[in-house]
Amino acid sequence: MMDSVILRVAARWLSPILLILALVVLYRGHNQPGGGFIGGLMAAGGLVLYSIAFGTYAARKYLRIDPQTLLVIGLLLAFSSALPALIVGEPLMTGLWHKPTIPVLGTLPLGTPLLFDIGVFLTVISISLLIIWSLQEDD
Amino acid sequence: MSLFWIALGALATALVAPWVRRFAGGAAGWLLAIVPVSFVVGLFGHLPVVSTGETVRHAIAWIPTFGLTLGFTLDGLGLLFALIISGIGAIIAIYAGAYLRNDPNSGRFYTWLFFFMGAMLGLVLSDNLLTLFVFWELTSISSFLLIGYKHEYTESRKAALQALLVTAGGGLAMLAGFVLLGQIAGTYEIAGLLEHAAAIAGHPLYLPTTILILIGAFTKSAQFPFHFWLPNAMAAPTPVSAYLHSATMVKAGVFLIAKMTPILGGTSEWQAIVVPVGAVTMLLGAIMALPQTDLKRILAYTTVSALGTLTMMLGVGTEYAIKAALVFLLVHALYKGALFLVAGSIDINSGTRDINRLGKLARLMPITAVAAVLSSLSMAGIPPLFGFIGKELLYEASLTSGGSLLWLVMGVATNAIMVWLAVVLGWKLWFGRADVNAAEPSTEGTLGLWGGPVLLAMLGLTLGLVPGLLSDSLIGPAATAVLGTPQSVKLAIWHGVNTALLLSIATIALGVLGYAARGFVDRPTAVFRRLLAIGPESIWERGFAGLLTFGKAQARFWQNGYLRYYLITILLTATALIIWTFVRDGGAPITWDISTAPFYAIAVGVVVLVAAGFAVFANTRLAAVAAVGVVGYGVALYYVLFSAPDLAITQILIETLTVILIVLVVYRLPRFRTKASLTVRWRDGLIALVAGGTMTALVLQARAVQLQPTISSFFGESAWTEAFGRNVVNVILVDFRALDTFGEIVVLAVAALGVVALLRFASAEPSP
Repeated sequence: MMDSVILRVAARWLSPILLILALVVLYRGHNQPGGGFIGGLMAAGGLVLYSIAFGTYAARKYLRIDPQTLLVIGLLLAFSSALPALIVGEPLMTGLWHKPTIPVLGTLPLGTPLLFDIGVFLTVISISLLIIWSLQEDD
Repeated sequence: MSLFWIALGALATALVAPWVRRFAGGAAGWLLAIVPVSFVVGLFGHLPVVSTGETVRHAIAWIPTFGLTLGFTLDGLGLLFALIISGIGAIIAIYAGAYLRNDPNSGRFYTWLFFFMGAMLGLVLSDNLLTLFVFWELTSISSFLLIGYKHEYTESRKAALQALLVTAGGGLAMLAGFVLLGQIAGTYEIAGLLEHAAAIAGHPLYLPTTILILIGAFTKSAQFPFHFWLPNAMAAPTPVSAYLHSATMVKAGVFLIAKMTPILGGTSEWQAIVVPVGAVTMLLGAIMALPQTDLKRILAYTTVSALGTLTMMLGVGTEYAIKAALVFLLVHALYKGALFLVAGSIDINSGTRDINRLGKLARLMPITAVAAVLSSLSMAGIPPLFGFIGKELLYEASLTSGGSLLWLVMGVATNAIMVWLAVVLGWKLWFGRADVNAAEPSTEGTLGLWGGPVLLAMLGLTLGLVPGLLSDSLIGPAATAVLGTPQSVKLAIWHGVNTALLLSIATIALGVLGYAARGFVDRPTAVFRRLLAIGPESIWERGFAGLLTFGKAQARFWQNGYLRYYLITILLTATALIIWTFVRDGGAPITWDISTAPFYAIAVGVVVLVAAGFAVFANTRLAAVAAVGVVGYGVALYYVLFSAPDLAITQILIETLTVILIVLVVYRLPRFRTKASLTVRWRDGLIALVAGGTMTALVLQARAVQLQPTISSFFGESAWTEAFGRNVVNVILVDFRALDTFGEIVVLAVAALGVVALLRFASAEPSP
């Protein structure tokens, strides 16, 4: 933890912005630069910034969920995206899409690749945090 | 009853056995025995069909894409084995209930026992070489677990490991043989192999194939020089010794030889290998049994001898010899199973297995004594027991085979020793005197302990009195399966006065004489045994120790604990291989035209190069880290300049997190005690330069050579049409090659958990 007021003020504002940006990057990744991996790294960057400013204890509370749990959820999400194809009788991991038209929002492209990407997103966040936070804490 | 239940029911039982043990308590053995009894009933249900020489076959498609079916076939040979496995299995389950009455872990014991039973039944019913191999190795593994059941003892663990390495190692040789066989014949189905027998025997790879498969059989069936693991396996609880290491598992090798006889057998090479190995094992096992004082070791060596006899007879391969082998198989399973169980009862009731301390047990254990005496008579081959018929057949087979007289002499000598030991096991223990410090069993225990031996002994007596009972319905079809032509077997206890009978009488006389004169004979055999002690087992032990020493030495050399040496090794190896390929294959001319490059690209390149050079000669870690960071951002800049935004973003984010990571790691490291000398820095810089230069050359080379039509156009076109995404990189990651990505995140997750575990353990331990 660094005892710096400037860093703290910056982190208080920058971390949520980075997290939201990460979500945007995750979502738009399918058509424009971005995606789960990049988004995950950005989110991890935001959270690491927070932990440098306020310490890992505060950062863990800020995240609310234990990175190890998040890791499991991420892997499970990525894995579960592989299964629907089997039910339909396609080869494992074939991308399946559903595009409902919702008023105001327009057509929403929902598909198993998006689910997979969310899984990658969460996994990357938790991997980065697991490593960096345990290094930060151990002193 | 479906063969699937018989083949897989025991494996299913293995899963529930611990709960049965917990809820049924002392009755668990009886309850679990229902399963093998149901197998016996089911097998007898198939007997009418199999007796006619037909086979029963049940199969399901397993992996249809590979044409792999899971099939089980019941022929005469399989039926004989399956009946022995499930029949004796039921007796063992009950016996173990009494034998391990006070053992709280016996739930685990039952799991392994039924695991073994399932593997063994699967083995004898397999109709495919690959399934047979899988079950074969499963029996080795279950044997390992059962020998090591008393894992608190070093001796048990050592014996278990030795047995596993010898038998599973032999199994690998066998697998290699199977693969060769499959290559030669084009099929792994045993039925298909039978049709190609002639082609296989004429193939140039016939001999290596045969030798590899026989190594598997010899290791499993404890043939010389692989026999040593079997006596050591006596560290297992006695029910296991009786079941695996006498009646069933060790006969898997014999089963394999029998099964392979119609495919590989009948050639002079086959005979030249199998007969001598069997004969030597037969005689050696018998001689080494003589000086033993431990009941179980005596039985173990006589089992080695019996396995040798079976192997030899199968190797001889005449009709008579095959039938003799099959009859003797059953004879041996009955009397040896009973004797092992008797040994276990004596052990558990008196606390010793030392034959010098045992004597006059008949009045204390009268019912067990009956079983022991009957079984010993069968072992000695005395009429009217089944063993007599077995031995007559063996002699008859040796006499009619036209083989060397040597085999016959060895057979007589072996059987004389069997008679001698039968006197010890059937007379001395029960009516003779204990030599020293007599141990007195208080009781002979419950029905569970003496019921099994009595049943087996009675079966031996019944089959001796009414030999026709199973001969035509069971032994005949088994012989049919081995010989490939319809066989009928007529067994009789009285053949009239012939050479075989005279040999029998001579054998018995020699054996009794031997026992009477044991004082004179003990000493030479002890010398002989000491000679053998420097034989195969010590060679094995030394080889094993040598392998471990070598393993440790090379691990110390490569896994030296210095990250820099790991990196140097990896980089230099990779570089050397790439350069070697370049030198060997030449390669296309590399185009290298720097004049067309935009000036800013060159500027970035200069910055990157300077930063890299600075990193090598930096004086503090932090400076080095910062310099490496500049290199990373410079590369990211390249991605931006050449329009790869995804890569650029990723690179920048990774660089940022890496810098944080390195700073955190550096913070934990001790200060430099000595800085790397200038020579070392030049060395490292040079290695880096060579490695990087080689990679550059490789990339340029890859650009110059176009082996396949480029794949990028495919991705570019189908990303939108098939995967509804415009970002090709992302579509590749999450759709086209999603399985790769999944593998990568799993690897990363495991690595992260490893890091966490390492850091936690490191901080939990006091620093040295």
